[in-house]
Amino acid sequence: MNEFDVAVIGAGVTGSAIARYLARYELKTVVLEKEEDVSSGTTKANSGIVHAGFDAAPGSMMAKMNVKGCEMIKELSKTLDFPYRNNGSMVLCFDEAEIPNLRALYERGITNGVKELKILTGDEARAMEPAVSDAVVAALWAPTAGIVCPFNLCIALAENAADNGVVFKFLTEVENIKKTAEGFRISTNNGEITAKTVVNAAGVYADKIHNMVSADKLTITPRRGEYVLMDKEVGGLVSATIFQLPGKLGKGVLVTPTVHGNLLVGPNAQDLEDKEDTETTQAGMDDIKKRALLSVPGVPYNKMITSFAGLRAHEARHDFILGEVSDCEGFFDAAGIESPGLTSAPAIGEYMADMIAVKLSAKQKENFNPNRKGFIEVAKLPREERARLIKECPEYGRIVCRCENISEGEILDAINRTLGAKSLDGVKRRVRQGMGRCQAGFCTPRTMELLARELKIPMTEVRKNRPGSELLKG
Amino acid sequence: MDRHDLIIIGGGPAGLAAALAARENGIEDILILERDVRLGGILNQCIHNGFGLHTFKEELTGPEYAERYAKRVIEAGIPYKLNTICADISPDREVTYVNAEEGCVTVKAGAVILAMGCRERPRGALGLPGFRQAGVYTAGTAQRLMNIEGYLVGKEVVILGSGDIGLIMARRMTLEGAKVKVVAELMPYSGGLKRNIVQCLDDFNIPLRLSHTVTRVHGKERVEGVTISEVGPDRRPIPGTEEFYSCDTLLLSCGLLPENELSKSAGVRLSRITGGAEVNESLETSVPGVFSCGNVLHVHDLVDYVSEEASRAGKNAAAFIKAGGVRERGRVITLKGEGGVRYTVPQTIDPANMEDKLTVRFRVGDVYKGKSLAVYYNGVEVRRVRKRVMAPGEMEELVIMKSSLPENTDEIIIRVED
Repeated sequence: MNEFDVAVIGAGVTGSAIARYLARYELKTVVLEKEEDVSSGTTKANSGIVHAGFDAAPGSMMAKMNVKGCEMIKELSKTLDFPYRNNGSMVLCFDEAEIPNLRALYERGITNGVKELKILTGDEARAMEPAVSDAVVAALWAPTAGIVCPFNLCIALAENAADNGVVFKFLTEVENIKKTAEGFRISTNNGEITAKTVVNAAGVYADKIHNMVSADKLTITPRRGEYVLMDKEVGGLVSATIFQLPGKLGKGVLVTPTVHGNLLVGPNAQDLEDKEDTETTQAGMDDIKKRALLSVPGVPYNKMITSFAGLRAHEARHDFILGEVSDCEGFFDAAGIESPGLTSAPAIGEYMADMIAVKLSAKQKENFNPNRKGFIEVAKLPREERARLIKECPEYGRIVCRCENISEGEILDAINRTLGAKSLDGVKRRVRQGMGRCQAGFCTPRTMELLARELKIPMTEVRKNRPGSELLKG
Repeated sequence: MDRHDLIIIGGGPAGLAAALAARENGIEDILILERDVRLGGILNQCIHNGFGLHTFKEELTGPEYAERYAKRVIEAGIPYKLNTICADISPDREVTYVNAEEGCVTVKAGAVILAMGCRERPRGALGLPGFRQAGVYTAGTAQRLMNIEGYLVGKEVVILGSGDIGLIMARRMTLEGAKVKVVAELMPYSGGLKRNIVQCLDDFNIPLRLSHTVTRVHGKERVEGVTISEVGPDRRPIPGTEEFYSCDTLLLSCGLLPENELSKSAGVRLSRITGGAEVNESLETSVPGVFSCGNVLHVHDLVDYVSEEASRAGKNAAAFIKAGGVRERGRVITLKGEGGVRYTVPQTIDPANMEDKLTVRFRVGDVYKGKSLAVYYNGVEVRRVRKRVMAPGEMEELVIMKSSLPENTDEIIIRVED
């Protein structure tokens, strides 16, 4: 029962994408995730940007996967039904002397195969984005860039994988991996699993997993990025994603609308030791807030609704490590997945899955269903449709989260569908309950009740996310 | 499209009092939309006493106070819908609501009264650094979980902010067996009522540390403690003053924000200071026929004043409806708070529509002892009222007599002076 062809370690966006593309083959695949849900590590806290692909070094895996992933996400947003918007991105240049660097970025983009790139004058940039600073002298415009819901991209990939037969095991942390004659024996805190091949998509822990089987050691440095998020009321301040040209002041921070219409500012970059350190700091938040004002002087920080930090899985060579490990046959790395990892995920998924299928001589599945139905956003439905839905399912008429207008029906769907939510954060990431301006002040009690009822657990066992994050003390 | 003379958004203390006043003033066709499962609004979770001293001359609990109004509304046969959320109000007073029974319905209103109340400032808006762990609650959320659902959110508690709900919850959690270690307040004064500081903190030996804030929330899965630092006059933490308090829960009571998203959809102009609508003497907003009252207009200290204000809104909405939806607007007198008076409600007066006496309510921006409130008509001082003490946590009021207003007045200013 615990024998598989492929074991994917990690259910972030990379692991979920690999699983989804593996599901197209006649393979028994399992995904092992140490947290209680998909999308719980690096995937849960990042910029949510679909990068055009001009940033990565030509010829690198990053460049290849980024450009391809950018195209794939646009298509996938229809077949897998997750929120995506093709809003374009702009890199701002503040100094005449640095225009050659902007031009170099343009050239790099052309080499990488990015389409429709254009250099704008400062005035042209301001005509398109009136909120950007008067100090801008030129900008690189990339109309193929976009914004995506990072959680729902991952959730959609994972759900579709599960619907096509991939097994997901949560709260399952890999403790050791032994190479055997048939493949691998994987010990976890949740029993033993055997698999012919293993895919390491463990994010910031990819070094730990890799080093269990390989003498060629890998080091992944958690590189923290902090963000602040503003109310939807000011989400329209910019339409495109606004970057800063890396220069004297470092890599720069971005100002972007999110796909849900909030305004996001961040991230900084701080190399850490602790792979769990997603703590925000006063100094970090002050720093990104200040630097974002260079691009957009009017960012209304008084409309801030939350702040968060995420960890990038940085590897010194700064390229994606994708492929079979040289000294361990059948063990594949998808490591060093930092920005543009979210954008690249579908391309990485397809690339890795095809490679493993060749290795195992797997045949294409005949009945693979590429489609997945996303969550109904009741408040966005046309009136008649909304009325019809409520008539059929009255729970869509009971609004639980008043800031984001999320109904009981949506929350129940989040809990009860394939790989459903098991915690408050799980519900939040799927349907945005509690993501609005009151930050779950009003809807927490009701959502907890729904979780307790549907999961058949007492209220005192309802958690925010992983075990230990129980919300009540008695 | 169905039509109602008056639609009231919210069935809390403001909405209920407004409905009763409108009915007493001859409006039959009223509809109250309430999003919760019962009438009474946030009062239902305020099970402590101290409500109604002004209105009923006795001390009631929140649910009792709400019950008195709800009962009268029910006896008067005023229709209301529960579990019903108002989704949109258009500038021409088309109100769209959603519930499980009817789906999505739009009705036309002769007049609208906004009575949606307020929400608490969440952790994110405060920019508190740390992990996003369980155990950080706004005081009101903790209050609901405790008083309505019957659960204890934590056993060792630190409270940031000394707003009234935070003070009330310090006592409530203590009575339920939790240990409340400290209340930290960023400002050099409390944001709550004096009586709550005495009855909820002093009586239970809970320290209140003024000019202190939380600078770090510890714990990854669940709160394990907080660091509290002293702040300087610039309200920035002073390095070296950090103190660690171990706790499993951090409650936030750092301000209430009028919940005016619907008002914006109706095109109502909002005050940058109160976060509520700008209103005239009739509590009418910048959109004709749309009135505002209670905590959605400005955050009150006592519910008695909410009820009184809402009654005026109901009465004035009734007059608007009876006049066929048109009201002659005459001259406008601007009302302003200056020199320590942060704002006034109302912000304008039309003397033609003014009653003989108009109560103006406001808050001051600092603690003032032995100072006076001075009233100026067109720059000329007309009144001076000595106040023993004024504090931001308590609402102040002054009455303007119509008879005292000279013909040519176009500006009234209220100031704190020596």
